[in-house]
Amino acid sequence: MLPRQKLVMIIVCIFIFIIDLVRRRKLREEYSWLWLLTSASMFILVIKYNWLGIVSNIIGAAIPTTTLFIGSLIFLMILSVQFSVRISRLTEQVKNLVQENALLRDGLEELKKHKV
Amino acid sequence: MRDNDIKKKLVIIPAHNEQENIGQVVTRVRELDIGIDVVVIDDGSTDRTARHARLAGGKVIRLSSNMGYGVALQTGYKYAFERGYDYLVQLDGDGQHDPSYIPELFRQVMTEKTDMIIGSRFIKEKTQNKLSLPKYKTGIPKKFAITLFAFLTTKLVGLKVTDPTSGYQAFNRRVIAFFTQDFFPCDYPDADVIVIVHRAGFRIKEYPMIMFERDIGRSMHSGLKPIYYLFKMFLSMFMTLLRKRPVSLFLKAED
Repeated sequence: MLPRQKLVMIIVCIFIFIIDLVRRRKLREEYSWLWLLTSASMFILVIKYNWLGIVSNIIGAAIPTTTLFIGSLIFLMILSVQFSVRISRLTEQVKNLVQENALLRDGLEELKKHKV
Repeated sequence: MRDNDIKKKLVIIPAHNEQENIGQVVTRVRELDIGIDVVVIDDGSTDRTARHARLAGGKVIRLSSNMGYGVALQTGYKYAFERGYDYLVQLDGDGQHDPSYIPELFRQVMTEKTDMIIGSRFIKEKTQNKLSLPKYKTGIPKKFAITLFAFLTTKLVGLKVTDPTSGYQAFNRRVIAFFTQDFFPCDYPDADVIVIVHRAGFRIKEYPMIMFERDIGRSMHSGLKPIYYLFKMFLSMFMTLLRKRPVSLFLKAED
């Protein structure tokens, strides 16, 4: 098997794996797009290897490997920014939940006191 | 009109692991006996803070986990807003803040044309000369930070504040409602909040007071935190200026 064929296999596996994660609701649709986009572009680059050379020329990279590294770095960065945004939102939601919970419990205790 | 009603007054005391100090603070607030309610917001303490506060006669609202000073404070604001309190004083539960200023703060925020009063360690007022406030001892980094932020708030928003990091504050219902919104920062609400309040068009005043060194326990400004605090304060003040002006829920003052 040619290395390229192996690569195609691996990338198709990743693609299917992510689709399956979404199907089993282990991964929400809103997070899957970045993964799918990345595996799709990897797939394209393996099929059309000379496109990688074109991109390298455009950004001025000496060897295609650099382009790949930059690509993966950008992917990882977008991913962590996405996570940070998400975590910030979750923090806000947890904060509001904890506050509301505390106030509700307080109200409940007062109700109980009045009944007794 | 509302003016004929008795104004509801609330004192909130955020506390995290303050079992040594909280009882005394609550007792002293209750001894003032001027028809004010006391609520201690226990920020997920792992010691007996809640128990000591209850024994001292305070009402305790307990957060299920340690969420930070700002979250505890905002819980108090939400409580005050829900229960229809008209005026609120907040002070720290660590014994730094002397509860005997509370009646005066309430009196000022109720009678004078101001929405918010900040207790200041550094303000020098001519009328207060006879008291001659003793120097509040702070570490050099903290002193530096306070001076810097006082300078920044003065320069950036044209508001003269000498002690923007003070947690001893009093305000009316309009500000309480304003603070229940999501912009309120969770970790250390400080100079940035004052800037926001000022930009929202509220009137801020300072009131000179003496503050104590912490009795027992560790301050929340310890270790590497001051550096993070400095950075965070810079960032949030900068961001505040970039954002749109916040809108107060009640647009017009009642007076």
